[in-house]
Amino acid sequence: MTAAPIHFRNERLMLDPSGAAFWPSKRVLIIADLHFEKATSFAANGSLLPPYDTRATLERLNRLVRLYRPSKLIALGDSFHDSKAPARLAKDDRARLEAMGREAQFIWVAGNHDAAPHDLPGQCVAEHREGPFVFRHQALSRLAPREIEISGHYHPKACIESRAKRVSRACFVSDAVSRLILPAFGAFTGGLDVRDQAIFRLFPRGLRVFMLGQEQLYSFALEQLGRLPEVA
Amino acid sequence: MARLPERFEQWFKAKGWRLRDHQAAMLEAAEAGRDALLIAPTGAGKTLAGFLPSLVALAGQPTDKLHTLYVSPLKALGTDIARNLQIPMADMGLSVSVETRSGDTPANRRARQKEMPPNILLTTPESLLLLLSQENSADYFASLSCVVVDEIHALAGTKRGDQLSLCIARLRRLSPTRVVGLSATVAHPEAIRQFVGPKARLVQAEDGAPPHVTMALPDVEIPWSGHMGLKAAELVLEKIAGAAMSIVFVNTRAQAELLFAAIWKHNSQNLPITIHHGSLDIAQRRKVEAAMAEGRLRAVIATSSLDLGIDWGGVDQVLQIGAPKGVSRLLQRLGRANHRLDEPSRAILVPANRFEVLECEAAMAGVREKALDGDPPRPGGLDVLAQHIMGMACSGRFLPDDLYREVVSTACYADLPRQDFDDVLRFVEDGGYALAAYERYRKLFRDSEGFVYPASAKVAQYFRMNIGTIVEAPMIKLRLVGKRGGFGVGLGEVEEYFVNQLVPGDSFIFAGRVLKFLRLRENVAEVVEAPGKEPKVPAYAGARLPLTTNLASRVRAMLHDPSCWGAFPEQVQEWLTLQKRRSRLPGPNGLLVETFPRNGRWFMVVYAFEGRNAHQTLGLLLTKRMERAGYAPIGFVATDYVLATWSAYRPERIDQLFQEDMLGDDLEEWMETSSLLRRSFRQVAVIAGLIPRQLPGAEKNRRQVTVNSDLIYDVLRKHQPDHVLIRATRADATHGLIDLSRIAAVLRRAEGRITHMVLSRVSPLAVPVLLEIGREQVAGEAEEQLLAETAALVTEATAENESLHNFKHGPKGQNMLFHQS
Repeated sequence: MTAAPIHFRNERLMLDPSGAAFWPSKRVLIIADLHFEKATSFAANGSLLPPYDTRATLERLNRLVRLYRPSKLIALGDSFHDSKAPARLAKDDRARLEAMGREAQFIWVAGNHDAAPHDLPGQCVAEHREGPFVFRHQALSRLAPREIEISGHYHPKACIESRAKRVSRACFVSDAVSRLILPAFGAFTGGLDVRDQAIFRLFPRGLRVFMLGQEQLYSFALEQLGRLPEVA
Repeated sequence: MARLPERFEQWFKAKGWRLRDHQAAMLEAAEAGRDALLIAPTGAGKTLAGFLPSLVALAGQPTDKLHTLYVSPLKALGTDIARNLQIPMADMGLSVSVETRSGDTPANRRARQKEMPPNILLTTPESLLLLLSQENSADYFASLSCVVVDEIHALAGTKRGDQLSLCIARLRRLSPTRVVGLSATVAHPEAIRQFVGPKARLVQAEDGAPPHVTMALPDVEIPWSGHMGLKAAELVLEKIAGAAMSIVFVNTRAQAELLFAAIWKHNSQNLPITIHHGSLDIAQRRKVEAAMAEGRLRAVIATSSLDLGIDWGGVDQVLQIGAPKGVSRLLQRLGRANHRLDEPSRAILVPANRFEVLECEAAMAGVREKALDGDPPRPGGLDVLAQHIMGMACSGRFLPDDLYREVVSTACYADLPRQDFDDVLRFVEDGGYALAAYERYRKLFRDSEGFVYPASAKVAQYFRMNIGTIVEAPMIKLRLVGKRGGFGVGLGEVEEYFVNQLVPGDSFIFAGRVLKFLRLRENVAEVVEAPGKEPKVPAYAGARLPLTTNLASRVRAMLHDPSCWGAFPEQVQEWLTLQKRRSRLPGPNGLLVETFPRNGRWFMVVYAFEGRNAHQTLGLLLTKRMERAGYAPIGFVATDYVLATWSAYRPERIDQLFQEDMLGDDLEEWMETSSLLRRSFRQVAVIAGLIPRQLPGAEKNRRQVTVNSDLIYDVLRKHQPDHVLIRATRADATHGLIDLSRIAAVLRRAEGRITHMVLSRVSPLAVPVLLEIGREQVAGEAEEQLLAETAALVTEATAENESLHNFKHGPKGQNMLFHQS
């Protein structure tokens, strides 16, 4: 797995092909939209989806923790699929989260699915500021001057027309100046095309996507992702 | 010999008919209380033979209860039969009530049918399961004495057939009913007889006049590749003008659209020619069908949407454009032409390329010999069983032992191990996950006596909204809006996949019109009519049928034997003669493999003739082996006939590439990640009730209420690879998309009998497959390479001002990557 560097002012972030970002100078690992316990949430409504999503997401997260050894883990909101999800965590999943919390400090940014604070290790916050960055769940349409925002919420994905077929992948989106949106990290999370207005209007000066691959990221400018729909 | 009651005798006489032998045999079977399968050609009075025993019984003993249930694959067939039955009943003054029941039946009629069942009820497998899942079903069906299954060959061996056979097993438990199967074309009579009943009597009617089939080619060079047959548009128009009414069959919806447009380019006489395919709005389709019935049309360009269906007496000619793919399929289509027994149906085959000329010749020989093809029935699907178990629970509590006995009484599930049944039952109860997480969300409960029953009324409601085994790709409705706005007219549906590729302003062809895409509004794509320069053609995921084994072996045999070539057009003969001189001809046994260099690459062409699906899989497995052998494969392309790979280095030890152990670890490894299995999983998950199908009204929030089935598959496969749905998925894919048995057949044929021709350049027979390169879809496995390749291309093209993963900043810290707009 080869992570790709991206620079914001004087800070370097490493974008990992798994969909997480790492800030080496502060040893901070950032992930978005874990959506823990999405399957059990569906089960309550009659679709008995395989209850392994939390475990699968945790396993991937654990690999990253072992690789980067972060001192802080920032989860950018929608970490839990609903407000009752923390109570539904299986015993070993909760234990795993607690073990992770002993190695690194969790910062749980509130999302629209999990606005209420919970009892898991770490801090529950509305947003988090550190260095030049502000970490929040959903990007604001207007940023304060010199603010650099790192967010999740949109589950961005991109499609590229290759020689033989269209390939669609989850992706990071950034203008490399003031914004970075992370892809969703949860196992059962789908995506929204970056060409959707909701995403690309956040990047009036253009954007680049970093599509997740098995071993590396694949980077394209917005213009390479096909024509944009006419803005009504 | 069975005798008809006086009233019926008189009626036959008045009509100038006599009781045919097979009709008498069906009466006899009824008198003896035996199940029966009737195989009779179109026009032989098959339907009457099926219903005669019921009419006789009901005439002798009128009742106000349900007597006969008629099940067919098409709603329209039921409606048509209901109409046709009115004639003898009115003539003879029988008071027998006949009604249809389908998803379209209005609620008030359904309610009435519940209280006062008709004597004869005409329905589909899905509506039958719905009826059976109701709490009063035991009473409702207690009086049933006959089940008639029409077009049984179109159901047996499919998931709808699995579902029907389970429903029939339940009906047999509720009443001592007989089962009767009707069909015109049956490839495996014994298997279908078993489907009807273990002791069913096989009644075979005399054949009708043999069909008159010819081949026609446009007066141009016969194309080397391509499947659309557009060059034949003028010729097709000529043939249409020469007959009263034609059905022009094609193989895909895209081909229907393109051919329709091409024909109308030449249709200066304005002959009434229209189009019919499964994506068109149902009202539009009904309109076309009505126009045909009234003889107002000269031709319809149609896909398999018209393969089955009601009889149009006026159709006197069938054209097949492009490969016929199989003898049974062709015969089914021919049967649409003529509905009189003593007159031959007339059909013209128009091949779209050289290989298809061979295929058409082979198919014509197959039709002459009545060599029907088709896969023998496979074991019933576990996903269908899951749906059925839930349905039975909804109809009333059951003991697992009893239901298991009922299920294994069907031919489809006769060999079902008890363990599989229990696993499916557990899946329906609580998901069947190793992690016991869903105790509180159980769908079924068990009481202290071991009876199983639904956990809540909501469970039954969810089930009833998700009945059926036909799973379509997500579709988007098309709405034609007027220039001045307004609500607009529904045109039909296209796959979401296609709409996602459109950008407002794009134009595309649909229903014979050029449409401009305006916008997507919730789940409706709004369009206006507007000629565009290069309209796209909607792609439909509907899998293309592969060439059948029967037809493939005929083509191989013909190729190998120059004495057969006389029937071929001169150009084809020259082509084959040249191949014989330059290389070899593929034969009935063994396997011909050619290798040759071209444009700095090494090509390997494998003449396997096992159909596209098998070749796709074989290509993936083969390139994997080539990689290990160090030949550095770059890509492959598969057609129905041939597989071609290209690589950086020359493939040498060909026999080692084709060893049968290819189907061991390599296959396993590939199945782990194959996108084909993901596609199968979606169907299985929907049928089994894991994922709700698209529900009308619920579509608005679809994105919020569904989870992508690929993600579910990946997680489930990793964490519980032996889950019953993963097993069902593998079983499906092995029979369908992967076509494992046919790959195994190639490898067996190849063993020790590979003819490897090392050539200095491309051989004549290899030209068509090389022309397909770039046109054929590449299977999903290559995604990662494609991404890398595309990214590399972009980097190369834009190398001066940017690097791939890093941003370079301008002097003022501004990002210079983006075009200022």
